[in-house]
Amino acid sequence: MGIIRQLTEKPWLVTDRGIVEDIDESAFPSAAPTGLWVYFAVATVMFSLIAAAYLMRMGVGHPGEGLDWRPTPKPPLLWVNTAILLLSSIAFQWTRAAARRGEMDRVAIGLLTAGLFAFAFLVGQLTVWWRLADAGYFLTTNPANSFFYLITTLHGLHLLGGLVAWSRTTAKLWNGFEPAEVSLSVDLCAIYWHFLFLVWLAFFYLMLST
Amino acid sequence: MAYATLADDLREFHHPKTWVGKYVWSQDHKVIAVQYMATAIGTGLIALVLSDLFRLQIGFPGSLSFMTPERYYQFITMHGMIMVIYLLTALFLGGFGNYLIPLMLGARDMVFPFVNMMSYWFFLLAVLVLVASFFVPGGPTGAGWTLYPPQAILPGAPGRDLGIILMLASLAIFIIAFTMGGLNYVVTVLQARTRGMTLMRMPLSIWGIFVATILALLAFPALFVAAVMMMLDRILGTSFFMPALVSMGQQLGYNGGSPILFQHLFWFFGHPEVYIVALPAFGIVSDLLSVHARKNIFGYRMMVWAIVIIGGLSFIVWAHHMYVSGMNPYFGFFFATSTLIIAVPTAIKVYNWVLTLWKGSIHFTVPMLFAIGFIFTFINGGLTGLFLGNVSVDVPLSGTYFVVAHFHMVMGVSPILVVFGALYHWYPKITGKMWNETLGKLHFWLTFVGTYLIYFPMHYLGFLGMPRRYYEYGQSALVPHSAHMLNAFITVVALAVGVSQLIFFYNMIWSYFYGPKAESNPWRAASLEWQTPETPPAHGNWGPKLPTVYRWAYDYSVPGAPDDFIPQNVPADGLSRHHQT
Repeated sequence: MGIIRQLTEKPWLVTDRGIVEDIDESAFPSAAPTGLWVYFAVATVMFSLIAAAYLMRMGVGHPGEGLDWRPTPKPPLLWVNTAILLLSSIAFQWTRAAARRGEMDRVAIGLLTAGLFAFAFLVGQLTVWWRLADAGYFLTTNPANSFFYLITTLHGLHLLGGLVAWSRTTAKLWNGFEPAEVSLSVDLCAIYWHFLFLVWLAFFYLMLST
Repeated sequence: MAYATLADDLREFHHPKTWVGKYVWSQDHKVIAVQYMATAIGTGLIALVLSDLFRLQIGFPGSLSFMTPERYYQFITMHGMIMVIYLLTALFLGGFGNYLIPLMLGARDMVFPFVNMMSYWFFLLAVLVLVASFFVPGGPTGAGWTLYPPQAILPGAPGRDLGIILMLASLAIFIIAFTMGGLNYVVTVLQARTRGMTLMRMPLSIWGIFVATILALLAFPALFVAAVMMMLDRILGTSFFMPALVSMGQQLGYNGGSPILFQHLFWFFGHPEVYIVALPAFGIVSDLLSVHARKNIFGYRMMVWAIVIIGGLSFIVWAHHMYVSGMNPYFGFFFATSTLIIAVPTAIKVYNWVLTLWKGSIHFTVPMLFAIGFIFTFINGGLTGLFLGNVSVDVPLSGTYFVVAHFHMVMGVSPILVVFGALYHWYPKITGKMWNETLGKLHFWLTFVGTYLIYFPMHYLGFLGMPRRYYEYGQSALVPHSAHMLNAFITVVALAVGVSQLIFFYNMIWSYFYGPKAESNPWRAASLEWQTPETPPAHGNWGPKLPTVYRWAYDYSVPGAPDDFIPQNVPADGLSRHHQT
């Protein structure tokens, strides 16, 4: 039923509309996916506002001295990290397909691979931090650096949160939960991973282009 | 989730056995709601006392020996922040949202009960961090509730050392807490409605809470980002918001940051926040008016659309808080226009409330008195909003008591009147007891007339040009003797209104222990929460089978019906209830 039709129905009429006798009144299978999508809206607003602040701060400077924005160098390692995060996302997608077919051995392999890639991405990001700091690009040296560290931290924390979900999914698989339940968890993780990959891609593009 | 393997007999499953499991670490939405309400109201009491204390300073300068200028700023800051966020937002969404959403929609609980419980405990942590700032060296922040940089984190601002850090931390924790709760409210409304409860059969209370929750989910991230960035500026010395400046003769390490950037982020949250508080009040007051006038709400669909439109528009008006910060005149024109457009759906709502009362069988019960009081204060505060929404009128009035009068009327007194009305209205369902009506009416008249006497004169002070936020006015031609007298008068009334709230607390607490037992549906209301098999509703709310909904929540005084109300779960044949609930 379209949203417009729902919002224009006449509520004062007494009908049997919307009454399905055999609904399962206790389980809400689509609650968790819906919740995840609502969370994406929240996170998207947050990351978009950071991007907006980034662009606005770029244009502000010290009176008389011009702009104080000096782009942070982008070490080649960032490209490697991006590729690793993409591989993690792909591994999750592969796991998702395996989970739907009920091939639990493959799910185990896929989960492990995806998780390892995600950890590798975080280690890679920390290495980038360490190299930048080594070269004198500290948090407070320049607003561009401040934003770089802020964005990578928030993105990394989101991925860490994802890894908590990942470990719970792995535990479910380990403890022999129903394939359907494992499949749902894998589904949610995979969607979340794709979202975080897109967020990273957007920020990487923003930082490369400015 | 909790009912994923629900057996036939609900009672055998997942009911907490211990007192602690039932009332402390509870996952029951009704207990969480009461926890949220009690915590929010308790915190609000602190803010109420603070306001009486700084009013004493304004009305009778120097009457309190401990009221230094620093304390004064700390008190007004904490008063504002607590009232807006920790009282109103938490009470409407965490309190009433939690209580009403599952009960009004015919659900057994929220869809993620564990996350819901965590939401409350994070909220409590946020409150504790906030209150802790009163006890750290230097005290709480005195930056004003808007926390504008650079002054908020510069030496010289009260509470600059630890107070501001605790404030920002508390806000961040609050936002995390709210996000957990908010996901629950939205998904429960979308997914867990019972059979027949289509979107357009939801009571307007739920529509208001639902749309306000969406606004909050999309607006609070702005405050979160602002708080995190300001925290970095304060602790680690970044320059997101801090320009290069000399403070107390010293060049600080900041360089090139933009205070205006903070203002944009803050008000991108701050304006929707007004509607986060107002929309639940709009929704609840619609239900109170309809029930106590025994008449269906006038223009239900228009009311729903207006809520949605107001919610959408609230995201494109934020810069009307920044007219005096300086902006491109075309932006000013845009934001003034969008601000004035909001008056259209809002006016539709006001007309519909009045038309609901028109030829209704108005019962002047205590909740109804508060609901009608709301219409007065809201119209008053809304009209002054039209003044302030225009750039050219706002500029001279900005920073005066006119603004204080406006926002207290429109988002202070109005929502609080609805809060009281709603508490009186649902108290019998929440506790199973009935309060004392005489005390309730006394409380209403003292509060309604009192707050009017406080805020109405402030419009005149504002026209006189009296600036807000001043610690002391001294002797100046700008402030005539009559204005001082008016200030003293306002303070006396404010003290009286503050003290008169004790009547409310006495009534609520005394009635809980000694009040008469309430009927399950004392207002003879049609919405689902009054049709529960037990009062107060048991864990799981509905006994063995969920109710089925056949009609909207506003079938009052239907011609030919035996009663003057038909509950939502009565089928079209009208005589017997489909499920004996």
